[in-house]
Amino acid sequence: MNSQANPISTLVWTFGLMSLFAVGGANSAIPEMHRIAVDVHHWMDEKQFADIFAISQLSPGPNVLIVTLIGYSVAGVAGALAATLAMCGPTAVLAYYVSHLLQRSRHSRWPAIIQAALVPLSIGLMGASGLILALTSDQSWIAGLITAAVAVLAFATRLNPVWMLLAGGALGFAGVI
Amino acid sequence: MVLESPPAAIPGPDIPTATPPIQPGLLELFVAFAKMSLAGFGGVLVWARRGIVDQHRWMTADEFNETFALCHFLPGPNIVNLSVVFGSRFRGIAGGIAAFAGLVGPPMVIATILAALYARYGEIDALRRILTGVSCAAVGLLIAVVFKMMMPLIKKRDAVGLVILLAVFVAIGLLRLPLQAVLLVAIPLSLGITYFMRQRVNG
Repeated sequence: MNSQANPISTLVWTFGLMSLFAVGGANSAIPEMHRIAVDVHHWMDEKQFADIFAISQLSPGPNVLIVTLIGYSVAGVAGALAATLAMCGPTAVLAYYVSHLLQRSRHSRWPAIIQAALVPLSIGLMGASGLILALTSDQSWIAGLITAAVAVLAFATRLNPVWMLLAGGALGFAGVI
Repeated sequence: MVLESPPAAIPGPDIPTATPPIQPGLLELFVAFAKMSLAGFGGVLVWARRGIVDQHRWMTADEFNETFALCHFLPGPNIVNLSVVFGSRFRGIAGGIAAFAGLVGPPMVIATILAALYARYGEIDALRRILTGVSCAAVGLLIAVVFKMMMPLIKKRDAVGLVILLAVFVAIGLLRLPLQAVLLVAIPLSLGITYFMRQRVNG
């Protein structure tokens, strides 16, 4: 894909393809989004990517909306719309057909096998997302400490994650990080 | 939109309701999914379950778990798949589109506004500091979800699963290989091994 191409069609092509490979949801596709947005197309730098991830976590709705933010930064409102529809469309069509197919063969054991096979892949992908985002977000030891503290809190307690995000924001505002 | 809870965390089936499912209309589908989505700071899945099973009684808990399992093994955003599958089950393609538009439309407007604000004010120092703090915390949340999802594999002593997990982590996270290339190798391999292991257990 050359850089002279229409940015909208690049967005549609990129996220349309990614949609079909996003095993385990949008969070598994973050390394690929990072690779494409930062390394391949230079749509944004590391810092902006980390910011966009933070904004996407702060806003309501499904995780997939990180592509809305990437699309907006590439081509404004049209880019936001194009990226979101491209990321959701192909897999939605696939889901529609597969669900109709499976209604007829409900007791097949393939869905269970496919799911068992894909679970480790999606966890590995999400782990890679965590690593890549930690490398871009945690530029100081105190930042790394906050990430680790939130990880432990979120793992061990049922505290609403919004509070942890807001606490992180407050610490940042106070100039601690 | 805080991270989705792992599928293992879905509550088990409740007492099945005897009443036949009520058939929602297109507007009802749109509004219901818009509400779930906008409430979805703690993961849309939790709210989707509450809305579909408990509040509207459009599905029993078992039907919901089955539908979600299907949407989880398909690629792409799980909850988006769920909205399409759910909507189309009641009202065909139009129902799928109505549910999808409700789920994605309103939060997309909010995300676009936030993106515009960021593009305009993103360089202001106070905002920069806040975003730095939020992203540190957000990464921590993601890491917690990863460990939560790993627990069932560790408890089952699923060595094969953990090796595949680690291999994908290294290929994508450390070597930064393209997703498609990694998955084109990893998916058939993982499917083959899982199938073979189950055959051996059964046979």
